[in-house]
Amino acid sequence: MAGLWRRPDRPLARYRGLFVLALVAAILPWFLPNNFFLNIAILTGLNAIVCVGLNLLIGYAGQISLGHAGFFGLGAYVSAVLTVDFGWEPALAMLAGAVVVGLLAFLVARPILRLSGHYLAMATLGLGVIISIVLVHETKLTGGPDGMNVPPLRLFGRDISSERDWYWLVAAVLIVAAWLALNLIDSPLGRALRGLHGSEVAAETVAIDTARYKTRVFVISALFASIAGSLFAHYSGFLTPSEASFQRSIEFVTMVVLGGMASTYGAVVGAAIITVLPQLLTVFHDYEQVVLGLILMLTMVFMPKGLVPNLAVYLKRRLS
Amino acid sequence: MAEFVQFVFSGITVGAIYALVGLGFSIIYNASQVINFAQGEFVMIGGLTTAMLAQGGVPVPIAAAIAIAAAVVAGVALEKLAVEQARDAPVVTLIIITIGASIFLRGLAQIVFDRNYHALAGFSGEAPIHLAGATIVPQTLWVLGTTAALVLALAWFFGRTLLGKAILATSYNPLAAQLAGIGTRSLLLLSFGLSAALGAIGGILIAPISLTSYDVGVLLGLKGFSAAVLGGLGSSLGAVAGGLLLGLIEALGAGYISSSYKDAIAFVIILLVLFFMPRGLLGRRGTERV
Amino acid sequence: MLPRAFEKAAERQLSKRGDTHMMTRHFHRLLTFAGAALVAAAAAVGASAAEPIKIGSFLTVSGPASFLGDPEKKTLELYVERINAAGGVLGRQLQLTVYDTGGDAKQAATFARRLIEEDKVDFLIGGSSTGDTMAAVPIIERAEIPFISLGGASVIVDPVKKWVFKTPHTDRLAVEKVYADMKKRGLSKVGLIAGDGGFDKSCVANASDKALLDRYGVSVVGNESYSSGDKDTTAQLTKLKAAPGIQAILFCGFGVASVIVTKNYHQLGITVPLYHSHGSASKQFITGAGEAAEGARLPAAAVLVAAQLPDSDPQKKVGLAYTKAYDERYHEAVSTFGGHAYDALMLLVDAIKRAGTTDRAKVRDALEGTKNYIGVDGIYDITPSDHDGLNVSSFKMVEVKNGDWKYLY
Repeated sequence: MAGLWRRPDRPLARYRGLFVLALVAAILPWFLPNNFFLNIAILTGLNAIVCVGLNLLIGYAGQISLGHAGFFGLGAYVSAVLTVDFGWEPALAMLAGAVVVGLLAFLVARPILRLSGHYLAMATLGLGVIISIVLVHETKLTGGPDGMNVPPLRLFGRDISSERDWYWLVAAVLIVAAWLALNLIDSPLGRALRGLHGSEVAAETVAIDTARYKTRVFVISALFASIAGSLFAHYSGFLTPSEASFQRSIEFVTMVVLGGMASTYGAVVGAAIITVLPQLLTVFHDYEQVVLGLILMLTMVFMPKGLVPNLAVYLKRRLS
Repeated sequence: MAEFVQFVFSGITVGAIYALVGLGFSIIYNASQVINFAQGEFVMIGGLTTAMLAQGGVPVPIAAAIAIAAAVVAGVALEKLAVEQARDAPVVTLIIITIGASIFLRGLAQIVFDRNYHALAGFSGEAPIHLAGATIVPQTLWVLGTTAALVLALAWFFGRTLLGKAILATSYNPLAAQLAGIGTRSLLLLSFGLSAALGAIGGILIAPISLTSYDVGVLLGLKGFSAAVLGGLGSSLGAVAGGLLLGLIEALGAGYISSSYKDAIAFVIILLVLFFMPRGLLGRRGTERV
Repeated sequence: MLPRAFEKAAERQLSKRGDTHMMTRHFHRLLTFAGAALVAAAAAVGASAAEPIKIGSFLTVSGPASFLGDPEKKTLELYVERINAAGGVLGRQLQLTVYDTGGDAKQAATFARRLIEEDKVDFLIGGSSTGDTMAAVPIIERAEIPFISLGGASVIVDPVKKWVFKTPHTDRLAVEKVYADMKKRGLSKVGLIAGDGGFDKSCVANASDKALLDRYGVSVVGNESYSSGDKDTTAQLTKLKAAPGIQAILFCGFGVASVIVTKNYHQLGITVPLYHSHGSASKQFITGAGEAAEGARLPAAAVLVAAQLPDSDPQKKVGLAYTKAYDERYHEAVSTFGGHAYDALMLLVDAIKRAGTTDRAKVRDALEGTKNYIGVDGIYDITPSDHDGLNVSSFKMVEVKNGDWKYLY
């Protein structure tokens, strides 16, 4: 684990953003009047966990993944099947899900990450779709497209079933995930990633084992997705294979790119926007999709690096 | 044996459809390195507009012409208003832009038309043709024939005409092309328009076989992209070969292994091909400048 | 303003007589009293009219299951309008809120929460697909709000959930109807072809259910699958055609696939009879498949062939009325899926009227006591152990003949 983590030099400055995130998470419930709003906040948090991990892959390592929903869905279903059919403890099942997903990611990482650009995108897309197809057709195990019920999560002997409990749990996990990501970025691994994002050939010439580092990030981002998936399965109480679909993968990538690549907080912001947007757009009724498409296009055209980096630049300019 | 032939015919029927869509991906990629995830929507515009107009009494050839024009307008608008504005953005950003465009076009189609599926009459009737103990519908031959003609036309265009060569030059090295006096912007516009027209033609040809509706673009876009990558991005012949191969794998997989998992089988094979040939079957063996 | 004018006029009149002051004061009081009485009356009327009955709905209007949600939304909007125009229910107007889930079960759960907690609806109708319904059920049961589902699978009402009802026939009934018809025609070996949607898989599960197979003496000799969005299924049908001893093919799917499979069946020259599930029960299918559809049989809700039913059939009147109203408004052929929504709305309104209140528990009890209610899907007899209320006789067997549906029995 040597190359993976190192205590940062100036913890306060480094974690400034994390403090803000924790603060927002702490006071937000006071502004959420009912379970509907809490539900949106929880879903945002779960999406954000996936995106924080995916951002490490896309934003820092520069590798496109169009199949991350596959890891999310696989983690969710392993959790669900182990708790329902085999009576496992939910916490253990979640761990098992992470192990399965991590192993799968590790096995496919080497051959897939040798590809680049659109070929890599295709390979990850293929992987995600294969997982999705298996989930749909193995009806005896997964309940098929009509879905399966999932029992609630049990932690420290009690069921987590109220929206409030779930909110605090997801917020805590998100903060931990963001903290992990920030440390990773500032570690030798992170610097190696940024090096190879700039130019893989150059990185190789200074003895950076690009394959090893890319594999590590791929697996780590897959683990983030798996944990989020398991949590989602227990929170929602009901799971369908569409959680592993290509559409879902595109959603995750959109969140990361919209919020800002190479920005952990950007990932969170992107997750929030894409999760909340469909609720805001219901006023447009039949024009929902038209408006959504327009918003995506316009945002990306005018803020090609994503919201948070662009806003940061804008603010810096104003304040200087 | 007759079964095998039928599976092959089935594979060619869908394969030809994928080939046409893949061709559209290939052209835009060639000109701009952008993967246009709205390509499937151009196919949808072509087919659905034609079907709706024909239903309303417009003669099919005129309806088809209008449909192709509509798709070209959409393609050119997409390039001018979105892609061009974000030209220096990272690749992922451009992908999201085209995805936004596909959502927009799909939403628009639901409003302008409706959410039902629509049929179009086969160009030379529906009576199946019997061949080698199996059957094939005449429309499939139309799709195959048109695809072949288009590939030849494009080969001539890119290989023999000044305009085509200019487009290729722009894709190899935009800066050098500009220095040589090539108007890269208008060429990009042309590529998108051409790709949209191709997509629309594909949509019109396909509609008699598999009908059309506002959401046909979703899956077709995915399959077309897969075909283009399998065959090697940037190669028109590769896109066509990729499409036909994809269709055959699906049909033979369904026939001999498992129809539930045929798509998974196809993707596994694509992954295997990419592992051994990282640039696809006929992809340009590129050298990376560092 | 008006009282002022009167005042001035009265003053001018009275001033002519000299006794202005006394008279205008009396007039004032009279006017004020009259005015107050009018306002109070208006408020009383306004108050009861201003409190609408809120019905919430989450449907798959767009996305892969739009063939379900689109006609359902149209039906709900049409009939809420008509009911309101006729005076509403219990003197109150109905207020409908519809959200589009796009076929995503996760969104269904979110919208259910939104309808219950934010929009504060009184009742729920929706869940076009089984997935959407099942995702929302835990929330609905916790909130204790009556919900009529439009989803197809038996699992929605079996096991029975206190607050959950449903209007569509379960897909099990559809398969039973098909197998009964097969038995009539002496057919016993069936090949299945289905897509990868929830509707399809549920149909296949029922078609492969041992109890049903034994009851009708049927055996499954082939089981093929296609993916939603597939353009050609000749490979799958070729396999079925070659299955040993096959005597019939059952297509368990919906949407475009119903046309593609039928055209492929025709292209391959397959001679064994083709059955569809009720997913193909729309005129669109016949229009799309053309002559290839001739001879295809399927179980359908009565509304599809309302005009052909014998006059003695109690469903004829309701079915015809719905067909006419839908066609007049939307200029498209009626869909049996829209019919599910029609029945749900009408059952709810009937229950509210019988309960005489919009109290959730009382309406739920009234729903549970629905007896012999003639709907478009069938005749409902809801009991505490059967929250669907339909049986196999509510399906009619129809066949495609000369480009239209023909009612068989």
